[in-house]
Amino acid sequence: MPYVPHTEDEVREMLATIGVDSIADLFAEITDDMRPKSFDLPEGLSEMEVVTKLEAMANKNATDRTSFLGAGFYDHYIPAAVDALTMRGEFYTAYTPYQPEASQGTLQAIFEYQTAVTRLLGMECANASVYDGGTALYEALMMAVRKTKRRKIIVSEALNPIYRVMLESYTSNLDLEFVTVPHKDGMTDIEGLKAAIDGETAALLVQNPNFFGSINDFTELFTAAKAQKAISIVSSYPVLQTLLKTPGDMGADIAVAEGQSLGLPLSFGGPYLGIMTCTKKMVRQMPGRIVGRTVDSEGRTGYVLTLQAREQHIRRQKATSNICSNQSLCALRAIVHMSALGELGMKRAARVSIERAHICADRLTAIDGVEMLTKGPFGNEFAITLPVNAYEVTAKLTARGVVPGFPLGRYYEGLENGLLVACTEKTSEEQIGIFAEMLKGALR
Amino acid sequence: MKTIFEKSVAGREGCWPCEGLAEEAYIPTELLRDGDIGLPSASELDVVRHFTKLSQRNMGVDGNFYPLGSCTMKYNPKFTEVVAGLPGFTRLHPVLPQLQGAGGLCQGALEVMYETEHLLSEITGMHAYTLHPMAGAHGELTGVMLMAAYHKDRGNKKTKIIVPDSAHGTNPASAAIAGYDVVTVESVNGIVDPDALAAVLDDEVAGMMMTCPNTLGLFETHLPKIVKMLRKVDALLYYDGANLNAIMGKMRVGDVGFDIVHLNLHKTFATPHGGGGPGSGPVGVCEKLKQFLPISRVAKQEDGQFYLDYNHPKSIGYIAPFYGNFGVVLKAYAYILRLGGVGLTRATENAVLAANYMRKRLDGHLEVPYDRICMHEFVASAADQAKKGVRALDFAKALLDKGHHAPTIYFPLIVPESIMIEPTETENKETLDHFIDDLIEIAQLVDTNPEALQAAPVTLPVTRLDETKAARGMELTDDL
Repeated sequence: MPYVPHTEDEVREMLATIGVDSIADLFAEITDDMRPKSFDLPEGLSEMEVVTKLEAMANKNATDRTSFLGAGFYDHYIPAAVDALTMRGEFYTAYTPYQPEASQGTLQAIFEYQTAVTRLLGMECANASVYDGGTALYEALMMAVRKTKRRKIIVSEALNPIYRVMLESYTSNLDLEFVTVPHKDGMTDIEGLKAAIDGETAALLVQNPNFFGSINDFTELFTAAKAQKAISIVSSYPVLQTLLKTPGDMGADIAVAEGQSLGLPLSFGGPYLGIMTCTKKMVRQMPGRIVGRTVDSEGRTGYVLTLQAREQHIRRQKATSNICSNQSLCALRAIVHMSALGELGMKRAARVSIERAHICADRLTAIDGVEMLTKGPFGNEFAITLPVNAYEVTAKLTARGVVPGFPLGRYYEGLENGLLVACTEKTSEEQIGIFAEMLKGALR
Repeated sequence: MKTIFEKSVAGREGCWPCEGLAEEAYIPTELLRDGDIGLPSASELDVVRHFTKLSQRNMGVDGNFYPLGSCTMKYNPKFTEVVAGLPGFTRLHPVLPQLQGAGGLCQGALEVMYETEHLLSEITGMHAYTLHPMAGAHGELTGVMLMAAYHKDRGNKKTKIIVPDSAHGTNPASAAIAGYDVVTVESVNGIVDPDALAAVLDDEVAGMMMTCPNTLGLFETHLPKIVKMLRKVDALLYYDGANLNAIMGKMRVGDVGFDIVHLNLHKTFATPHGGGGPGSGPVGVCEKLKQFLPISRVAKQEDGQFYLDYNHPKSIGYIAPFYGNFGVVLKAYAYILRLGGVGLTRATENAVLAANYMRKRLDGHLEVPYDRICMHEFVASAADQAKKGVRALDFAKALLDKGHHAPTIYFPLIVPESIMIEPTETENKETLDHFIDDLIEIAQLVDTNPEALQAAPVTLPVTRLDETKAARGMELTDDL
């Protein structure tokens, strides 16, 4: 039997030690009325057969298309060192580091991850991760609700709609009031958000760059929130954050991010990485694991899970969150990725991605009837308006080998002709050229 | 060991991600950050050596016996990593199937999800599954949200969820976060007692969260009675799948009356835990709850094509950005295909065999409070030894010195000085014997040399760490 080592003799010996005659005796408490009504599963396969079957299934997925899809999830280059190091069994076959002396590898790596993401986002504290960027936003929102004891949440409509629908689901049984401030032609409506903040506001949720790719400075907005004692939460994009003014510099209380772009493959939606950072003032409201530095009984530096009085295994129903397993190996990938590229490589990836996006925007808007929807500065993603329905164009181009982007009409009424286009350092000028030509042909 | 930041030298280059460097400043200066970020600056070799050395300061299943109770640290077959790493899966953008006419471009991935849902349904006797929850606790929250949706739809006024005192801490936390009051029911002889349940059960109870076998490794023999009691007040029964490794092929939770179940693919279905995740916590439901499952749902057309179905008006909505931890689901799917029904049953049988063998061999050396046939794990107690100054914590640290990862300690809370041992089916008899011999030797040292146990571990990179200093000092990054 695969992965069961006992020989028949050994099983007999073990049964004799236990003092029963058969394995069936061990299950005697499961009486007949509780036995399975069916257990109709396929016969086991050899390792080779399973791999062959899965290879065939993988081949049914078209990954040979040139893709300009982003929408918060980007295809950045991952250095080979990331796989080589994170696939070490000592890392990936370990459990949560409950025994710190036997888990210094995981713990120090997470400490280094916490250091890197706080520096990237200009914040003071980070946890060891949550599931993804969306659950990070939800947890951030709940931190704000607990901290302020208020129930009004102000959300920019230019915040990723994939996350906005998640927030709606998570809070549907809670007594919270959501105020969504509409985007203004793809721009975050800073004045509208400011006007919505009042003395009842628990949290303000914005994104930078916003879903349409537009880059903002939220300093004034966060100052306005602070004046009403509301918590400012911003969702960031880690790769661009190597260049952009940080949430910390803008005065955010909590900054979260989807960490997928830091060394995680797209992998059809997961596993990804929820990055959570905050000010020191907010840290006791933070959910999940946090690693801290300390010393051992000999005075040597070591690392432990700390501030555990916030957590479910200690506080049960009074915990800050129910989270237990997080995305530890993904956080490890992120710190290895950031280390392998280093400060200079990370910035280079960001700058090249931005350059490609600007070249792409120029090429596309040179086509008759194609206009920029994103106004003002943008990074590696931008929205355009087509003279026709973007869904149809997307279908047409995808069939010809280029996935042109994300049709905005899926989430934004009135933007049926809008298309969100992303580039990374992997996008070549040749690919941009083919895309532009193809789009031109499709619109003719 | 120095951190990667302490080893950095400003200006030292790592991997070059790409050629060409943008000269033009596309973004106005006032929107940019100033100065250096402080990310690592090291050569590729520096980085490889740093993280290789860090890995050597870790125990994992690949190198050490890891009998961490309630965590099912079985061997993670290597071939599943090959499968999850196939470019046909890793390069797939999750938005792709949501584009018009592009569902045909991800048929393989959609089929994996569809098939996995159906295999899990058959293994547990549930009607339908969602793969979206990204960990066990996330599955619990999803399950409680499903309960809330059911009662809302029925017009029921429910405010409470019952949790046994032996439950995982995540159970009460999940119930509370979803907006319910938590009511604890005490165990009698280690299991849920129908009389104790009757005392707290009323019309306001939305449901009850249980695991079977429970965290003491004991089978809940009153289960059929409990199911009937809950039905009477229209309360739902939730199964915490942390302990599914004990019952595959022997009992299906759907058949015995559980309404909602979450599984931990990173436990029962052999996907690696990664030092704290990523996990995967699929949730299965009975027929009447299917309409409330999160969207999207993967479905199959008559012509055999798979597609994403969003048309479920009573759904609780979106609990994940896409379809859950797909990369983890892939590994579990490959594992199930490899083992088949017979292999899964054998896994359960041998997990229970190993636990009982260890329990019996420990007899007379360490107290086992509920000393009867157990399932996949059992709980010993160092309460007697603690009176002599050697606590469960000291046993755990002494075991680390012997090269074993420690069992779970101080959980479940209902056994003082508990030591919870779960060997799993994948460890050979020599390993089980070796561990028990070492544990017996440690127990004997309690009388002869307790100081040595209190000082353990001494063979690892660090000795016991000062947790109070960590909590007070709050050094959470290299900068604080």
